[in-house]
Amino acid sequence: MHELPVTEDILRIVADHAQKAGATRVTHINLVIGELTSFIDDSIQFYFEMLSPGTPAEGATLRFQRVKTRFRCRQCTREFEPEGRNWTCPACGALGGDVIAGKEFYVESIEVT
Amino acid sequence: MSEQGTPGRIPVVEKLLTANEQVAADNRDYFAARHVTVINIMASPGAGKTTLLLATIEALPERRIGVIEGDVASQIDAEKIAETGAPVVQINTGGACHLDAPMIRRALPALPLDDLEMVFVENVGNLICPVSFDLGQSYNVALLSIPEGDDKPYKYPGIFEAVDLVIVTKWDLHPYLDFDLDRFTELVHGLNPDAPVLCLSAKTGEGLRDWLHWLEARLG
Repeated sequence: MHELPVTEDILRIVADHAQKAGATRVTHINLVIGELTSFIDDSIQFYFEMLSPGTPAEGATLRFQRVKTRFRCRQCTREFEPEGRNWTCPACGALGGDVIAGKEFYVESIEVT
Repeated sequence: MSEQGTPGRIPVVEKLLTANEQVAADNRDYFAARHVTVINIMASPGAGKTTLLLATIEALPERRIGVIEGDVASQIDAEKIAETGAPVVQINTGGACHLDAPMIRRALPALPLDDLEMVFVENVGNLICPVSFDLGQSYNVALLSIPEGDDKPYKYPGIFEAVDLVIVTKWDLHPYLDFDLDRFTELVHGLNPDAPVLCLSAKTGEGLRDWLHWLEARLG
């Protein structure tokens, strides 16, 4: 549901950057989405196909780079990816850590002709 | 042709949802100018958000409290709050699974903010989506009811990482259900060591005092 305003945001950003570059056609849109965000690729794709016709992004391919959640251990600073019920630092055994990746949500780049 | 990167590739690195964040910042300024503390309450449907708000309003008669109720549909929760005499505005999101900052902005004229000290925002019942949408609140609070289980931080880490306080509700049920509070607290603090975990029953009043203390410490 909330992918609708997100997709509108993507189209605005893409049109803005394509225009600045003097590009006539956008071929690819590269998105970075952390797994802690609640945004779903298929849903963005669905709205994109609905909203992009008539914009510079029409016909472009969406590429989703999903970023896994990453913790930095507060005891020993080791960085690791939690897996399911395993939140234990592989170096020192402490539980959890500061979230240093997984909350990303941005347009990384576009490819144009 | 782009000036940087490979030919044809234009670096963008522009965050999404900034429009919401801008409105949230405006809301935050608006509340700050009126010295109103805003508490965003997030939880699953049925965790006891409205019941806790009713008990809180009743326990703090000297405090000037307003409520923004968010639901997909209906006025049920707003009607319950209105019976206490507290000013309340109901937002129906019409299907959306969370509140966002523009919805809060549109609701503000319906509240007598100049006369209020504190506004509770009861977000749409959902442990996932509300976390991604800043409203302009002062504090985020997550409620988790005992029947939902102590493993929820594993499944919904985003909310437990984002909040200033976690409240375990329906604490009167703990003799009957296998909810491991130590395990739950350990997981919450694994993500978010600064968030206290309180247990209470809005029905019996047990533990309510700790929550009221937490609130009073955040009011002028």
